[in-house]
Amino acid sequence: MEGVSVNYYIGLSAILFIIGVLGVLVRRNALVIFMSIELMLNAANLAFVAFSSVNNSLDGQIFVFFIMTVAAAEVAVGLALIVAIFRTKKSIDVDQINLLKG
Amino acid sequence: MNFSEAANTGYFFLAPWLVFFPVIGLLFNMIFGGKMSEKAIGTVASLASGMAFVVSVLLAYSLSATHGHTVTVPFAEWIHIGELQLDWTFRIDTLSTVMMLVVSGVGTLIHIYAIGYMHEDVRFKDDVKRFRRFFVFLNLFIAMMMILVSGDSYLMLFVGWEGVGLCSFLLIGFWYDFDTLGQKSTANAEAGKKAFIANRVGDFGFLLAIFTTFWHFGSLQFDAVFKAAEAHPDPIVISAITLFMLIGVTGKSAQVPLYVWLPDAMAGPTPVSALIHAATMVTAGVYLVVRSAPLYNLVHGASYIVAMIGAVTALFAATIAVGQYDIKKVLAYSTISQLGFMVAAVGMGAYVAGIFHLATHAFFKALLFLSAGSIILGMERGHHHLAHGHDDHGDADAHHDEEEEVFDPGDMRNMGNLRKQMPVTFWLYMAGTLALAGIFPFAGFWSKDEILLDAKLHAEHFPGVYWLLSIAAFLTAFYMGRQIWMVFFGKERTEVAKHAEESPPVMTVPLMVLAVLAVLGGAMNLPFDGFHNLGHWLEHTLGHVEGLPLDLGVAGISTILALLAIFFSWLIYGKNPLKDGQPDPLKKPLGFLFTGMENKWFVDEGYGALVIKPFEKLAKFLSVTVDWNFWHDWFHDSVIYAGFKGLARFLSEPVDMGIINAIADKLADMTKRSSEGLSRLQNGFVRSYALSVLLGVVAILGYLLFK
Repeated sequence: MEGVSVNYYIGLSAILFIIGVLGVLVRRNALVIFMSIELMLNAANLAFVAFSSVNNSLDGQIFVFFIMTVAAAEVAVGLALIVAIFRTKKSIDVDQINLLKG
Repeated sequence: MNFSEAANTGYFFLAPWLVFFPVIGLLFNMIFGGKMSEKAIGTVASLASGMAFVVSVLLAYSLSATHGHTVTVPFAEWIHIGELQLDWTFRIDTLSTVMMLVVSGVGTLIHIYAIGYMHEDVRFKDDVKRFRRFFVFLNLFIAMMMILVSGDSYLMLFVGWEGVGLCSFLLIGFWYDFDTLGQKSTANAEAGKKAFIANRVGDFGFLLAIFTTFWHFGSLQFDAVFKAAEAHPDPIVISAITLFMLIGVTGKSAQVPLYVWLPDAMAGPTPVSALIHAATMVTAGVYLVVRSAPLYNLVHGASYIVAMIGAVTALFAATIAVGQYDIKKVLAYSTISQLGFMVAAVGMGAYVAGIFHLATHAFFKALLFLSAGSIILGMERGHHHLAHGHDDHGDADAHHDEEEEVFDPGDMRNMGNLRKQMPVTFWLYMAGTLALAGIFPFAGFWSKDEILLDAKLHAEHFPGVYWLLSIAAFLTAFYMGRQIWMVFFGKERTEVAKHAEESPPVMTVPLMVLAVLAVLGGAMNLPFDGFHNLGHWLEHTLGHVEGLPLDLGVAGISTILALLAIFFSWLIYGKNPLKDGQPDPLKKPLGFLFTGMENKWFVDEGYGALVIKPFEKLAKFLSVTVDWNFWHDWFHDSVIYAGFKGLARFLSEPVDMGIINAIADKLADMTKRSSEGLSRLQNGFVRSYALSVLLGVVAILGYLLFK
């Protein structure tokens, strides 16, 4: 691990996050957006883990577990919502979910 | 002897009953009269008046027992404001008792007569309520007249003065729905109105006199005013007071120029004409002057005006009386003329003569009027007899009435030779006529001669009065002679006159009493040494009065004039009696003069043209032009209404709509537009929200990093 600078991890994490953001902003399929959100969460996880090893602290590692737990729960709720939406609208295109439009 | 001591002796405490008895009578009739018979109503009213007479007699008796000292009987407090202390106090002195005796005495006789008269009036259709109303009014009149003559201040006098004016109005218009001929008409109501309005003009003058009196003397109580006036005589103020008072006198006592109401007042039932418009109320003006004698004595100029007005009225009214055909109209103008004699007498300071003539005139003129009423009813009975003589059923009345032409039972041209049908009335009328004409030894002879003698003696200070009164006396005898010849002698000019019937005793007996008074009334004040009773009686109130002896010159001239006048009237009306439809024989020789007399010198028409027309025009101008066109159309509609409308429009349109409403509208608009703009942000695209969140986060992070 020593050989690889922490900057790479950070860089990878940033790249992953940006891909996730772009995915959320650009794609219309709720499932893809969902996956992009997962990507951003994991980018954050990667950054946590990287800083944890640099700082010799376990706090980051523990945080990652929490995040993975929350992410799992989030996926469960989110997928349930998507299923519910699909049942009413026969579509999971987020652009069509605009009932609260002003 | 002071007043309170005097008040404790005798019957002076009874003074308020002068007013109470008639008031009790009228209240009794008002409350119970509806269920009483006519006779009972009349009896109650006559008793009430009779009791007032008894009280008057007792007061006069008590007064003579206290040697005629004036007694005041305080009765009620009325108005106490600062300087103004007005109480209802009865003043019993020799003057007021004479008036009380005349009013209640003659009044009672007329009450009794009216029981018979009112029952027979053609317009009386067994309506007990009407009957009751008549006697209620009569009693009210007696009460008011008592207040007038017994008041101790000008204000109490004025209360009575107005009260009798009201009664006069009510009784003139008593048959407000029928005229004197029994036809449907409002003529009587009009006559009542005329009397009331003419009197208001006079009362206005009297009020001014009262105001001036209070303003100058600070009191209205007789003694206080007279004392103050004598202590500091101010000729201008006293002249003003006396002349203002004279206006009141000309109104109430029917003198020139306000006399016009009295002839019309004959529209009232005949007892009313006798009581109010001959014997009592119209003499109130004379009483007022005598009562105010201390003021008139101080200003010769005003007294002369009073005397001249009286003398001119006496002559003027006498000329009109010559040309009248209605039996009551002749007597009405005769009354005006005789009132002129009284006013002339009191104007000259001959107060005793004035009051003497007032009393005797009350007797014989009441007698004449009531006899005239008896004649009119007699004629009506004849008329009724002719119309319904052949069928005894009253049911047939209705369709007969419609076909009958209007018959005037009071027109002397319809009469003639009535002494055959109505002998009692004839003799009674003769007594009254001779008294009025001033034939020795009837009452009028003594009283009129005293006035003429006074006028002769004062000719220096009151030039002209004697001559005017002498001519008036001549005319008086002439028109009374004319009346006698036309009514009682000659041939019956109509069928009705042939069937006239005598009146019942309830009417003739009071007339007999009056006739006795008219014959013997002169005994009150015989012009011989040791007599002059009325003069000595009134001395206690009026100060020393010199009893004038009989002046054979004056008495002789007046008697010769009267006899001459009766002779002339015989020549013209008696020798060749008037035929049916023949015009008055005086019409030709006198020409336009008679036309003037016949038409009352066109005074009513003159007043119509000079006063009533311009007044109506002014009223019309005020109502149409000033009130309607100017105030209503222009001021209200144009100025106020349009101005308000303009202001309201200005406030509503530019101010309210333009500014206030616009502000609210703009606010709403802006809110709406901004909300519209802002709502566009919420476009429903989740991804755009996410982008905003991202940009926000980037901005915040950027700020935190590069600050």
